[in-house]
Amino acid sequence: MTNAIEVREIVKRFGNFTAVDGVSFAVEEGEIFGLLGPNGAGKSTLIRMLVTLLPPTAGTALVSGFNVVTQADQVRRAIGVIPQAMTSDLELSVEENLIIYAKLYGVPRDTRTRLIHELLESVELLQWKDKQVKHLSGGMRRRVEIARGLVHEPRVFFLDEPTTGLDPVSRTAVWEMLQRIKSQRKLTILITTHYMDEADRLCDRIAIVDHGKLVALDSPLTLKASIPVTNVLEASFAAPPSDWDARLRQLPGVDQVVRHENVFRLSSGNGPATTLAMMEAAAAAHVTVTSLSVQSTTLDDVFVHYTGRALRDTLQEASVTDSPFMIRRR
Amino acid sequence: MSRMWAIVEREMRRFRRSPILIVVSMVFPLVQLIVLGYAFGGNVKHLKLAIVDQDHSLPAVRVRELAQAVSAGAHTLDLIDYADEGQAVTDLRNGRINGVLTIPPDFSRRVLRKDAPNVALIADNTDNVVSAAMAASLTSMLAAYGAPPTMVRRPAAAALDIVEVYPYIPYIQYLLPGSIVMSIFMMVMIGGGIIFIDDKARGLHEGYLVTPITKLELIAGFNVSGTIKAVLAGFVIMLIGSLIAGVPNPFDGFRIMRLAVVIVITAFALISMMFLLMVRVSDPLMPRAIFGVLNTVLYFPSGAVYPQQGFPAWMQAIAVVDPFTYAVHAFKSLLLKNTGFDAISGDLLYLFVFSTVAMTAATLLFKRTL
Repeated sequence: MTNAIEVREIVKRFGNFTAVDGVSFAVEEGEIFGLLGPNGAGKSTLIRMLVTLLPPTAGTALVSGFNVVTQADQVRRAIGVIPQAMTSDLELSVEENLIIYAKLYGVPRDTRTRLIHELLESVELLQWKDKQVKHLSGGMRRRVEIARGLVHEPRVFFLDEPTTGLDPVSRTAVWEMLQRIKSQRKLTILITTHYMDEADRLCDRIAIVDHGKLVALDSPLTLKASIPVTNVLEASFAAPPSDWDARLRQLPGVDQVVRHENVFRLSSGNGPATTLAMMEAAAAAHVTVTSLSVQSTTLDDVFVHYTGRALRDTLQEASVTDSPFMIRRR
Repeated sequence: MSRMWAIVEREMRRFRRSPILIVVSMVFPLVQLIVLGYAFGGNVKHLKLAIVDQDHSLPAVRVRELAQAVSAGAHTLDLIDYADEGQAVTDLRNGRINGVLTIPPDFSRRVLRKDAPNVALIADNTDNVVSAAMAASLTSMLAAYGAPPTMVRRPAAAALDIVEVYPYIPYIQYLLPGSIVMSIFMMVMIGGGIIFIDDKARGLHEGYLVTPITKLELIAGFNVSGTIKAVLAGFVIMLIGSLIAGVPNPFDGFRIMRLAVVIVITAFALISMMFLLMVRVSDPLMPRAIFGVLNTVLYFPSGAVYPQQGFPAWMQAIAVVDPFTYAVHAFKSLLLKNTGFDAISGDLLYLFVFSTVAMTAATLLFKRTL
């Protein structure tokens, strides 16, 4: 399998501030690749270098086989980009937005008409095609932009935090849309996001970036398996004995038990063993289990494990692209 | 160049849906034309002149009769009799009157002795226009006082006969060329510069920059769309302004055609200049902040409101490079003198060269990356 994106030791500095510090990775064709990282980690800078909006300070990046610096024009023809900010023209209709971008990419008229119809159907905006974008909701606008980014049939699709600011229903709609489009077209997708559930659900592989460096890269399952396990069992019992929390503390793998009336929360390094032992102990003591939930390792745990819990509130040097109108999400 | 036309198409579709932009860019030049045209266009009238007659003789009465004739005829003066010169000067200082004409006690004796009889005008020179108008009116009045009762058959003194080539041009017509250029400039700033920077700040340009469009196509697209908008504004103000100012034959087809050429090249020159100024700007406050300064620096030295010959050297130097100067001159030639292209070829050449240089520089300075 060939690589749609190859990044080798790429660096970006703004004065003394190093936003991206020697990152290397490759994205295979047809893959959905997620870039995760806290605010200011360098995700957006990285994606901007890959879509030719920022020249790298050092290192190389190939997108669809073309160098982002020396073959920028070929890269631009091969990629579709959804920037962080909502960049569709509010005064234009949904269809007009797509037409203008199709013309900017030089898509022939007959192909253009067919493609726009197909895309509007895919993002479920066909019935709204004549509406001005300013009358659409945030989720619908994002769908317009997804369609706009695909109007020239790119091979690689970059989405920079496409669901930030959307409500859960709109977010789910965007995920489903991306999965559907991906299944219909031969497309490689690179997505940056803050939402771990989004990355878990969509991405084949995930790279975690922190302080401009790549700190982890693998599939969501492997990443989850790579960190020390901490399962949380939450169980409630009908009339448990008074020493029940002490008995639960004796179960295999249990580190901590917190009781709140008849509800017990157990932290365990071995969720399955603890669950089995707890059910057996309850049966032996004739205590009825009224509810039980086991929470396994999530990508949130992986994220916190690799990036730490420190808040990223330190001041950064403002990028040249910062503006009073845009709220940048790094 | 099809990508350039995509930019033009986008801008024109947006423009069509923002009628407020069209109105805003036209209201200011029209209001300015009407207000300034009528405010500065008329003669000064009803200046309050105190007359302090300290002589009360027949020659003094004649001076007062002449002053009353001026007052009744051209209404330049409103006469108020004062007995006390000190009170009159106090009222002058307090702004109740504009001037004091004092006929001294020995006026009649000097008249009879033909010994340089003088009357005195004490003028409030804090307003030069008023004091000059009052002095001119009284000077001509006193010339009539000293003139012989019968005309000399063959006067010895040389005189100037003035022949005016064109019919009387009211000030509002004189202002019209500047107002047309102003309307083009307003549209260039509001419909071009401000929208360009606002789009940039909102991140809309990121969308363009990830497409294969070239720098030249992008700048040319913005320039062409800005020119179309500005031409529309200039053309409408030219027609409405001609009607308001009373330009003779405002719908003369050949003249409109020549005016259209000047409007197009002026619009292109100003939009090219604006993009050159804005090409590296990203702060939306910047075009708004420099709007007023730019307007003043370009409009007033251009000769739109006052002849350039009256300017100091530094302002004349600005006028030499100011594209407004050439646009205003071309519009004045066509609107006030109804000339052909011969009279404005120099203006058109300058504006063309200016546009080419500005657009080339803007394209070179434009950054293809963020």
